[in-house]
Amino acid sequence: MPDVRKAPLVVEFPFTRSLGPVQRAFLTGLRERVVLGVRTTAGRVLVPPAEYDPDTAEELHDLVPVAATGTVTTWAWNHAPRPGQPLTGPFAWALVRLDGADTALLGALDAPGPDAVRTGMRVRVRWATERTGAITDIACFEPYDGPPEQPAPHTGEFENPVTGIVAHARLDYTYTPGRAQSDHLDALAERKVVGERCPRCHKVYVPPRGACPTCGIATTEHVEVGPRGTVTTFCVVNIKARNLDIDVPYVYAHIALDGADLALHARIGGIPYDRVRMGLRVEPVWTEGAPHPDHYRPTGEPDADYDTYKELL
Amino acid sequence: MSKEPVAVVGIGQSKHAAARRDVSLAGLVREAAQRAVDDAELSWADIDAVVIGKAPDFFEGVMMPELYLADALGAVGKPVLRVHTAGSVGGSTALVAANLVAARLHGTVLTVAFEKQSESNAMWGLSLPIPFQQPLLAGAGGFFAPHVRAYMRRSGAPDTVGALVAHKDRRNALKNPYAHLHEHDITLEKVMAAPMLWDPVRYSETCPSSDGACAMVLTDRAGAARAPRPPAWLLGGAMRSEPTLFAGKDFVSPRAGRDCAADVYRQAGITDPRRDIDAVEMYVPFSWYEPMWLENLGFAEEGEGWKLTEAGVTALDGDLPVNMSGGVLSTNPIGASGMLRFAEAALQVRGQAGEHQVPGARKVLGHAYGGGSQFFAMWLVGAEPPER
Repeated sequence: MPDVRKAPLVVEFPFTRSLGPVQRAFLTGLRERVVLGVRTTAGRVLVPPAEYDPDTAEELHDLVPVAATGTVTTWAWNHAPRPGQPLTGPFAWALVRLDGADTALLGALDAPGPDAVRTGMRVRVRWATERTGAITDIACFEPYDGPPEQPAPHTGEFENPVTGIVAHARLDYTYTPGRAQSDHLDALAERKVVGERCPRCHKVYVPPRGACPTCGIATTEHVEVGPRGTVTTFCVVNIKARNLDIDVPYVYAHIALDGADLALHARIGGIPYDRVRMGLRVEPVWTEGAPHPDHYRPTGEPDADYDTYKELL
Repeated sequence: MSKEPVAVVGIGQSKHAAARRDVSLAGLVREAAQRAVDDAELSWADIDAVVIGKAPDFFEGVMMPELYLADALGAVGKPVLRVHTAGSVGGSTALVAANLVAARLHGTVLTVAFEKQSESNAMWGLSLPIPFQQPLLAGAGGFFAPHVRAYMRRSGAPDTVGALVAHKDRRNALKNPYAHLHEHDITLEKVMAAPMLWDPVRYSETCPSSDGACAMVLTDRAGAARAPRPPAWLLGGAMRSEPTLFAGKDFVSPRAGRDCAADVYRQAGITDPRRDIDAVEMYVPFSWYEPMWLENLGFAEEGEGWKLTEAGVTALDGDLPVNMSGGVLSTNPIGASGMLRFAEAALQVRGQAGEHQVPGARKVLGHAYGGGSQFFAMWLVGAEPPER
């Protein structure tokens, strides 16, 4: 079996969240070691609180404090915690109905082993030492054999309420470019640009995707194109892109390589940006060790006639 | 068996802004949905199904937001459907909802679309660092700017037309209390003096990034008969798509857009759109797309769209007003932007568009597109029910 080209692809963003009135009170409460629920139209107390009644869709406002003690309603043992989970050693994921609440809150339960956990067992919140107004202010739950706590009355109003949080998200993929793009990359390593021709419509695709999007059939016939081509259209980019080491302004162009039936996109160099024009004839500029041409530069040929590339716009 | 006629009886939208930090995502969506339900003088219990749309999950990083938003939309015990077609999603979401009514699966359907761009990473979400590929060099504006240049070359339009569109749409937005941008001191000179971001596209000719939501209540003939205000009737609706890139793709006037419009006109009995349609609310994220879509939608011959813009035909008091609400150039919560176009068309034929009302508008087209000019959704709504 041939080597399959692959590489990690990490998608990682810090997303922000505005909390709205109910979650704002809930998370600020956690910072102050107060657990707030919300009372529904029918009188049930939801913890964690919802902004809208799950039964009637009414907007909910009536915040009520509940105890930091409660009862496990169900659980599952987590043998091998993953990075970012509440506890580093094995623990139970537990649904805990806090005293005074009608619904259960999900959390980690710190217990020596699965034999020490049972549905119906009593637990209490273990508060994080440093609290910021986030669900992680509840470090975890721990076994508890005392009486139910009696929560003090609370209005749900706090000084310096938390109005937003930042939620980090990360996805780890292994990316494989597939047969057609790998062939294309192999050719680029020899400084050749190779596309693929559709057996039905005979259009040449560069870079190839292994199939013709119009005919919906596989393409396998390799066709070397270029290296010269024509600028069909372009724009002058004046804003610097994140993580892109190119000085502005620069020209981002669509280039129809000779023999290709659609344009590829690349940067133009070797000419002042304000002298680039539609029809300009260009060729690739290679740099040692790079997988793609760094940019394209003018060949010095006369400009292509508009009629020769207008169908490729 | 003929289709059930579909009527828009409730319309709601949020106050759009760069950042709505006062509300959660659920609160933002609820604001629009509650206004639509109130406009129809219905309660949550009167809604039979919910159809929701937004742009990619990566934008706000909420996986399957329809689950989280079910409470806010009164969806308990009802079907909830999620639609996704990139920037055109607001339009296709409304059409999926309309089809449920037309097929008599549900009597009254709530449809909602939203984006909270201030909490999102639209730029990054669209530019993932795919291994073995050269990074995208230019962002969304850089993707579309070369096509604008191609249009200018093909049509011979003077390079001032884009600024005329931006000036007109931002002026229209001043009459729309929900619009994000309210640039009271806007002048044509200021539009033209703005820096080029992606030459030939100026900063002043690009859409903003907005938080916002839009919602509509769609219902059948019986529901329309009970409606407290005049309904807007669906006369034709269609969606079309095509690949992002293929040999022969016409980025200036994509075939999927032409075919989509032709389907809508056929359903609605429109033979001459320029004569038969009173106003158009179209998806124009970069100013030059007004003349481009005027041609793609059949309001002008190829290469002639810019002449309508330049002659003032598309002004609010023109013969064919375009983007009466201020359009995407004034408000752009991406996932909601298509539905805002559809909703504005419906507001116009209901006579409920307030200061940006086109007097006597009887048939108005709502238009949305998305992706790399590859997803299209359109509806034509009228003040009178369809003839059967």
